[in-house]
Amino acid sequence: MADVRMKVWRGDASGGDFVEYAVPADEGMVVLDVVHRIQAMHAPDLAVRWNCKAGKCGSCSAEINGHPKLMCMTRMNTFEPGEEITVSPVKTFPVVKDLVTDVSFNYEKAKTIPAFRPKPKEADGTRRMYQEDVERVQEFHKCIECFLCQDVCHVIRDHEENKASFAGPRYFVRLAALEMHPLDTNDRLELARAKHGLGYCNITKCCTDVCPEDIHITDNAIIPLKERIVTRTYDPIAWALRRMRRTGLASPAPSGPE
Amino acid sequence: MAEYETHDYDVVVIGAGGAGLRAAIEANAMGVKTALVCKSLLGKAHTVMAEGGIAAALGNVWKEDNWKVHFRDTMRGGKLLNNWRMAQLHAQEAPDRVLELEEWGALFDRTKDGLILQRDFGGHRYARLAHVGDRTGLEMIRTLQNHAVHRGIDVFMECTLYRLLTEDGAVSGAFGYWRQSGKLVLFRAKAVVLATGGVGKAWKITSNSWEYTGDGHGMALDAGADLIDMEMTQFHPTGMVWPASVRGILVTEGVRGDGGTLKNSKDERFMFRYIPDFFRAETADTEQEADRWYADKTNNRRTPDLLPRDEVARAINAEVKAGRGSAHGGVFLDIASRRSPDYIKRRLPSMYHQFMELADVDITKTAMEVGPTLHYIMGGVRVDADSAQSTVPGLFAAGEVAGGMHGSNRLGGNSLSDLLVFGRRAGLYAAEYAKRVPRMPRVDDRQVDAAANGMLAPFDRREGENAYAVHAELTNAMHELVGIIRTRSELEEAIGRIGRLRERAERVGVKGSRVYNPGWHLALDLLTMLTVSEAVARSALTREESRGGHTRDDFPKPDPEWGKKNVVVRRREGHLVLTPEPLPPLPAELRPLIGEDKPTGKVALEPVAAASAKE
Repeated sequence: MADVRMKVWRGDASGGDFVEYAVPADEGMVVLDVVHRIQAMHAPDLAVRWNCKAGKCGSCSAEINGHPKLMCMTRMNTFEPGEEITVSPVKTFPVVKDLVTDVSFNYEKAKTIPAFRPKPKEADGTRRMYQEDVERVQEFHKCIECFLCQDVCHVIRDHEENKASFAGPRYFVRLAALEMHPLDTNDRLELARAKHGLGYCNITKCCTDVCPEDIHITDNAIIPLKERIVTRTYDPIAWALRRMRRTGLASPAPSGPE
Repeated sequence: MAEYETHDYDVVVIGAGGAGLRAAIEANAMGVKTALVCKSLLGKAHTVMAEGGIAAALGNVWKEDNWKVHFRDTMRGGKLLNNWRMAQLHAQEAPDRVLELEEWGALFDRTKDGLILQRDFGGHRYARLAHVGDRTGLEMIRTLQNHAVHRGIDVFMECTLYRLLTEDGAVSGAFGYWRQSGKLVLFRAKAVVLATGGVGKAWKITSNSWEYTGDGHGMALDAGADLIDMEMTQFHPTGMVWPASVRGILVTEGVRGDGGTLKNSKDERFMFRYIPDFFRAETADTEQEADRWYADKTNNRRTPDLLPRDEVARAINAEVKAGRGSAHGGVFLDIASRRSPDYIKRRLPSMYHQFMELADVDITKTAMEVGPTLHYIMGGVRVDADSAQSTVPGLFAAGEVAGGMHGSNRLGGNSLSDLLVFGRRAGLYAAEYAKRVPRMPRVDDRQVDAAANGMLAPFDRREGENAYAVHAELTNAMHELVGIIRTRSELEEAIGRIGRLRERAERVGVKGSRVYNPGWHLALDLLTMLTVSEAVARSALTREESRGGHTRDDFPKPDPEWGKKNVVVRRREGHLVLTPEPLPPLPAELRPLIGEDKPTGKVALEPVAAASAKE
């Protein structure tokens, strides 16, 4: 088979540029295969994260021809013959080296979300939940933490200054998963509004579009959270009912990275 | 002397898959200062790829199920080479470990009356695997990850530990490097838990990720610990075979659990021709009975499509060799003609997605092409069954890196439960051990210097061998010579080739800086993989019989004498020393649970029922 050519961004925090490589092509190759072949043949120190190579771990996020994607799930035959292919690190996070970025922002945000706190068990000692009740939360649990939604979100993509007060779509999905969990008793809505910056999102659905797990982030996670906050804040009857039913306030979140 | 940073902890857990996370959670809950150190980002470990489910005798679908049946299935699946006590603890404690995940937020698929649903899998008498579609590992690792984060456990991500340190024969810490910066790091520790997973990257066709380089196996050997059963490698029968670039990626056993069957190029359900005597009494011998079994387990025997993995992998291998394989050297796995598209998409969403995206195959319409892929190693660090402590004081091991639990062959679904049961035990007993250690152990500067010098040496050889090229040759050698079917001459050739590759690996040079340099990382991992590969090849040469994941062309039958022994590997004065040593004997009261080890007919099912009835 003919060679495949690819331009890979090489550099670090101080700067860098695309370097073009050519390697032999194989049937069924994905972008990550080409990157690995470049490592083996031309650039042994080319930095890239990957693990499962099957779209299950969310490690190999990059921008391919400017589009945030998983390298392991992007087939080479999706490009036109002769089309220029560029691979660069995700833009929203600081570059460490080549295709590897510092994604610690996400892990810091994860620490600010109050834990799952289940209600008491059934009288017979079991936990009974029905498939139809768990299914919408199972959609959120499909998240592989590739952080492509974080990368593409315009609130932080070009606005470093918003990172301190905005958790990003991945963590709205997590908040929604907890909020809609049939067993959870913790209350995180005020936190989502005040600390995680849910209000910054103006539902442009960029996150939904890039999600490799097809999670309907905007429609199923963000909008319902926004609605619940609105109901809580502005509907006095609902507010009073919830107030009476509430089993307890959310434990205060640890202070964020700011 | 090389520069390095130093951290002090009571317990250092190496590896953040299911076992490492569960160990760290337990140690933290015991109130000791705990560090969790992992090579990748948190949540990316190999556990995330587990698909089918967690085996636990919850009895939600078949009330007849209980720990005794699970114990029996595990022992028989391992061809009785298992450490019986580990298999017993595993079967007894797995249900509690699964229910605990639910307390931490996991959402398993449900039965009609709201309990955790369980699915069929190879070698399990009853539908036993708690699952979430075909992404159970993701649910498990995320649940544990979130729980660990909420507990405030110190996590060191993208940090590779490469050498264990000892003081007077007991663990005193571990030494390694930060992947991002390349800076060296020392952990002083009273106890260390190895939870580093397996060794698959030494083989060419594998379902394993880059992390699976046998770090824990190698570190344990170097620290003086015993390994057992290293010849027991598991080829999962169904990996993808086409296109070439995805060869080896796992296709869950859940496809067969949910009704899929294996067929050859003549459209024959060939597994009926490969039912071994050992499983004959409990396996359906007609297609009709096999198909009825999915709905009625009381009056029918299990389909041979769900024989243990070693049996199915050998059968596929034989079909392909006989010229009845698919165009790309595999066989066909057909669920399209047996279940509705809706059912397939609901039960196996990620398989549907994986084949559609990577192979342009719609599994609701066409059969998949599948073939064996190196998936797991049953062998590993020899541990005390109850405490998970190795033969080195203060060194514990849990999960795939530990040996004994699965004997000569692991049943599907028994890995995730193994991680939880023995992860918890390792964390618990490591914490208790650390509490008994009166002071932080002293670290021997000579050991640290030797480790640091070895790790940095490749930078002094900038024009040396290419690590990627040597690694590729190792994977070819292991694939060709230490594969599914083995024989003396090939194993001897493998050992020779591994030796010559080691000489080349010691001349590997590294280009670039220490900052996130995969060439350097591979240069170091390569040496570990060579050590582990040699342990596997030598163990395989030593065991002159066929059992479970170890099949010798020149010794094609199981040998009752070998069935009572583990092959033990130790490093002594720089060399690997192999010794067959007796298995811990099975107590008389458990023997009736297991059934006879002879093809005498109906025995396999009855002793279990009889034993249960006595309760």
